Amino acid sequence: MSRTTIHTDAADAVAGIGDGATVLVGGFGMAGMPTTLIDALIEQGATDLTIVSNNAGNGDTGLAALLSAGRVAKVICSFPRQSDSYVFDGLYRAGKVDLEVVPQGNLAERMRAAGAGIGAFFCPTAVGTPLAEGKETRTIDGRDYVLEYPIRGDVALIGAWRADTMGNLLYRKTARNFGPVMATAAELVIVEVAGVVEAGQIDPETVVTPGIYVDRVLNLSALTDAKEAAS
Amino acid sequence: MTRVLEATVEHLDRGPLDRDELAAMVASGIPPGSYVNLGIGQPTTVADHLDPAAGIVLHTENGMLGMGGQAFGDDVDADLTNAGKIPVTETAGASYFHHADSFAMMRGGHLDVCVLGAFQVSRHGDLANWHTGAPDAIPAVGGAMDLAIGAKRVYIMMNLFAKDGTAKLVPQCTYPLTGLRCVSRVYTEVATFDIDSAAGEVRVLETFGIDVATLSERLDVALTTR
Repeated sequence: MSRTTIHTDAADAVAGIGDGATVLVGGFGMAGMPTTLIDALIEQGATDLTIVSNNAGNGDTGLAALLSAGRVAKVICSFPRQSDSYVFDGLYRAGKVDLEVVPQGNLAERMRAAGAGIGAFFCPTAVGTPLAEGKETRTIDGRDYVLEYPIRGDVALIGAWRADTMGNLLYRKTARNFGPVMATAAELVIVEVAGVVEAGQIDPETVVTPGIYVDRVLNLSALTDAKEAAS
Repeated sequence: MTRVLEATVEHLDRGPLDRDELAAMVASGIPPGSYVNLGIGQPTTVADHLDPAAGIVLHTENGMLGMGGQAFGDDVDADLTNAGKIPVTETAGASYFHHADSFAMMRGGHLDVCVLGAFQVSRHGDLANWHTGAPDAIPAVGGAMDLAIGAKRVYIMMNLFAKDGTAKLVPQCTYPLTGLRCVSRVYTEVATFDIDSAAGEVRVLETFGIDVATLSERLDVALTTR
């Protein structure tokens, strides 16, 4: 019996997320965005959240809906400003949400460090720029580096393609993006997938995220089946 | 074939390059077999001018090597986009990887060339392309700082003069920096430049519709030729 639990109800999958939690949210634009889990988090009601994600919401759904519901105190991301990020833009300009802009590679590597037990790392990105101001620097073999600290989540919400009952994950194409890194970097890892198969049905050689990192799996195909049965 | 010039060439029988010609010029400077990242916006159009026989492999920072052209109609797949979130296709031999691997690939010096846009480039190859410094602007950096210091060679593709006529190739950047001493070549509508960042030397490779002497008068940066 695997420690990973498989859920068919989105509310169950996000149960227990507390106020003030740091939530890592996967996805790059809409690819890999765990929209069902985000909607469930809005329903669940946790507030004063710190959201760590590449972007700060598109349009009116997903992260943008969480922001417009007033649940987010701070966003840590690389690229908040997009053509359809008007929800975030409005809140930021009104001083209702804090922003920490992190270079995209540092965002990923800081979470990787958290998941790998690395206390901090020296990185050449952003040397000499405003994003390195106030940070410790060191010259190693003639090159300058900035000291960067891990980003650890209380919770990660991830969109993957397929899970088995052990929580092993496969992703599809560029929807993989931040998923495998975020899965290692949070205390409670919740993944929505298009379908769940029995243990043994995923070739072990192809597993991208091993089940050890995954606490809860929300099976979206079960949701679809239930909707069809009800209609 | 990669474009190689023995001496500085002034093309005075024509005007400045148009956007399409500029993209083609950048493409001509990418060696066959290179692994290349094309930045969001204008640099993306360089892909349209790459010779398919040159074996150039495109990297996109959201986790893919072997990116193909833009996807249309039935080929659109919400799970397959470029860094600008535009649907794209995959080529034979493509591979996918997660974000930390994608940027480790970049920072680790495995990409041969990246092509970026710029607000300003200094004679030492400093790059400013992420923030105008305007107090009401929402800062957004994306992968620009990682790309600027990661790729072996950073090509900039921009207009040499802003809309108000001020030069974007400058002694020192006044906009917030993206990276220090990282730019190796600058492609513009009126000239192509190589930058020796250690020496702070800007060498003109070719000009289009203007001669080097006139160009020198319009820039605060000393130019050399070869």
